[in-house]
Amino acid sequence: MERKTKVSAETGKQEIVVTREFDLPLELLFKAYEDPEIVAQWMGTKVLKLENRKHGAYEFETSDPKGNVVLRMNGVIPEFVPNRKITRTFEMENTPFAVQLEFLEFEKLTEDTSKLTMQIVYKSVELRDQMLKLPFTQGINMAHNRLQEIVTKLK
Amino acid sequence: MNLRRDVFQAIADPTRRAILLLVASQSLTAGAIASNFDTARPTVSKHLQILTECELLKQEQNGREVYYHLNAKKMKEVADFIEPFRDMWDDRFNKLEAIMKNYKPGASTAAQRDSD
Repeated sequence: MERKTKVSAETGKQEIVVTREFDLPLELLFKAYEDPEIVAQWMGTKVLKLENRKHGAYEFETSDPKGNVVLRMNGVIPEFVPNRKITRTFEMENTPFAVQLEFLEFEKLTEDTSKLTMQIVYKSVELRDQMLKLPFTQGINMAHNRLQEIVTKLK
Repeated sequence: MNLRRDVFQAIADPTRRAILLLVASQSLTAGAIASNFDTARPTVSKHLQILTECELLKQEQNGREVYYHLNAKKMKEVADFIEPFRDMWDDRFNKLEAIMKNYKPGASTAAQRDSD
């Protein structure tokens, strides 16, 4: 079975390219990135701020089930072209990781299908590899939530 | 100077990926591997050296011949490295797709929201 989400991380390059084809019209795919409520749902994070415009900024916050903030993420948006592209920075607060740059390109494939290409550029090759090796924010959160649930049941 | 013999460098090269596929089914000598490529023999040797250095291939002495075989454990590490990252995005995108499928396509999204 062909995998829908593809990740390409060429050796020696300081970038990762993630591509995904959606069974969604382009407008709906873009809307999922534009609407703060929808972003919150699929990213599994609280959206504190999302300014969809050139020179806008955003702030996300993830909490554990007890409401403790696990991770805060923020960035600025140098480019915002509806149904076409979003360029943004991404930073995880209180971590030693340098800001990364993300180029998101939205493409219409057919009336009902679309494609997203996300190019993530890191400060260095080493940083990229380190980031790939991280158990990842979502992974961290999921593991954390899971742990919380288990611990809660034990009590 | 800067010897970067990591597995990702190893699998970045198409010939090396082809070599890995070849030995995946059976252990082969350097000569047998080289006979599958148009590339000059020393070039293939160089590829084998790199693959061995980063432990994707293991050498096995069998009489006078050295056989190369795949180090499955190391190969799995490579897959595991990118997989969590890919899985994370795949999960998110699957969710995104499921959410947006409940949006009825066609009408403008703002109007739709009110009518839903």
